[in-house]
Amino acid sequence: MATLSERPVHSETAGGSGVNSGRYLPIQLEHLAHNYGNRQALEDLSFEVRPAEIFGLLGPNGSGKTTLFRILSTLMVPTGGCARIQGFDAAHDPNKVRQRTGVVFQATSADLKLTVEENLKHQGHLYGLRGSRLKTSIKELLFRVGLADRARDAVDTLSGGMKRRVELAKGLIHSPAVLLLDEPSTGLDPGARRDLWLYLRMLRDQDGVSILVTTHMMEEAEHCDRLAILNQGKLVALGSPAELKSAIGGDVILFETGSEEAAALLAPRMAERFQVEPVVLGSTIRLERRDGHRFVTSVVEAFPGEIDGVSVSKPSLEDVFIQRTGHRFWAEAKEEE
Amino acid sequence: MATLTAPPRQTVAISSPGILVPSYSLWLREIVRFYRQKARVVGVIASPLLFWIVLGSGFAHSFSSGSGSSSSTHYLAYFYPGAVVMIVLFTAIFSMMSLITDRNEGFLLSVLAAPVSRSTIVLGKVLGGATLATIQGVIFLVFGPMVGVQITPESIGLSVLVIAMISFELTALGFAIAWPMDSTQAFHAIVNLLLIPLWLLSGSLFPLSGASGWLRFCMLCNPLTYGVEALRSALYPGGSSVFSLPVNLAVTVVFCLVTFAASWAIVNRRTNRPAA
Repeated sequence: MATLSERPVHSETAGGSGVNSGRYLPIQLEHLAHNYGNRQALEDLSFEVRPAEIFGLLGPNGSGKTTLFRILSTLMVPTGGCARIQGFDAAHDPNKVRQRTGVVFQATSADLKLTVEENLKHQGHLYGLRGSRLKTSIKELLFRVGLADRARDAVDTLSGGMKRRVELAKGLIHSPAVLLLDEPSTGLDPGARRDLWLYLRMLRDQDGVSILVTTHMMEEAEHCDRLAILNQGKLVALGSPAELKSAIGGDVILFETGSEEAAALLAPRMAERFQVEPVVLGSTIRLERRDGHRFVTSVVEAFPGEIDGVSVSKPSLEDVFIQRTGHRFWAEAKEEE
Repeated sequence: MATLTAPPRQTVAISSPGILVPSYSLWLREIVRFYRQKARVVGVIASPLLFWIVLGSGFAHSFSSGSGSSSSTHYLAYFYPGAVVMIVLFTAIFSMMSLITDRNEGFLLSVLAAPVSRSTIVLGKVLGGATLATIQGVIFLVFGPMVGVQITPESIGLSVLVIAMISFELTALGFAIAWPMDSTQAFHAIVNLLLIPLWLLSGSLFPLSGASGWLRFCMLCNPLTYGVEALRSALYPGGSSVFSLPVNLAVTVVFCLVTFAASWAIVNRRTNRPAA
């Protein structure tokens, strides 16, 4: 992997038509793995982000999102496999990757004592931009993110939503082909969140920027073109939200039994009687079935008095997660990285 | 998000930012930040001034002098270069402490994710801190005439040079210490354990010529001793010194190089651990 020439390692799939995308995939992971000492944080991850799409990385805390984000933003070298951005290996060609990638961190990375404009100027300098060209792009960016009138204010006088826009502008100052955002909606009110997504779509559609967003929020994941769902460092699902949800057969039915013991006893009897594959989640029994409303009636009649509550719903992304992992999204959220 | 109808942006010509512009930008940030925090500026000037006057006047009576002038003025004069070095040390410590807050607050993340070499970060940050320390130290020179410093172009020129070198070495040392740390408390511990003793045993408070045994040995091993001696010779050209000025300057230059190399090495370590 010692390719240090300007030309990226060849990848088979050609890129799209976006202005920046070129011939190479924006992001490509090949058997990527990472461990912190004994703890395996990422295991054999292989997937790709296509040109000009908004790609979501969904997972509970401790699923490996943060680790993957650190590797993609070249802050950490993986212990196995490789991650390529625009054809360049993040571990071996970090500066090539950095020139092509905009990174928006979860924490405020702007200097709070400096003004919005000074922060962007500094960020531009770090990417080799200066003079009138830098001035023009700062002006344009501030206009685009709606901060033109706050350019001369210190960042610590801005609201949370405005600070996030400064972060976004910082990440875009060098017009990157790939934009990485770590939990971008954290701490934003619904209006600011809506604005953020409008803006991300505009970047995708008008500028052909390929965007990777990490999130632990299902609602946010719904906005993405495609998703990778991570659990304990492994890829458990990959596809568009609609595809993933339609892979679940029919409706999702939850039976509330009142206690974990009751659920454990009832599930096998239910499986035998109706030829279904129920999953026990605490005191709840979960299964997927077409025509859920009719099925529910027969189950409740078959086990009178044993079921305290019933719900029938269309599958959500959480159901995708439960189906692929056998447990709830938040059940394993003990270990924050 | 005021507008949704902006024209598509042009493709950027991708080129390396080099080392000068990013370093300059990091340097400028240090300076701007410092002078926007008025309390920091006041603290860094006022505390050594207080130390100098209180300690200097207090010690003066128990500290005998060989010269004819009054003992009080004499000790204040002796302590003066040490007080200048103290300002420099404080400024260096505080500006390198900002490295830890930069890391914790996220600022450093965006620098590390930018296509600049790690050496750029050392250069910008250390030169920024050193510039501040030099400015603060040089400002303190206005008190010089009160304790008999002769203001000549040579004495001022040489003093500024020596202050700049001491500023650089202490800032680079602070950088090397602060880089691997994630809490300012831990940095405080090192400051008390290492940096303050470094200053105490540098001939700032008491002269090398009077020390003996292990104390003398420690002072001779302390690279800062040579910086303080050099500053003393610059301020009082006629005064006596254990080593000659060229020796003092040479040791100081070597210490500058060693501390800078240490900082450089410590940021460039290759690791699988998170960078920030």
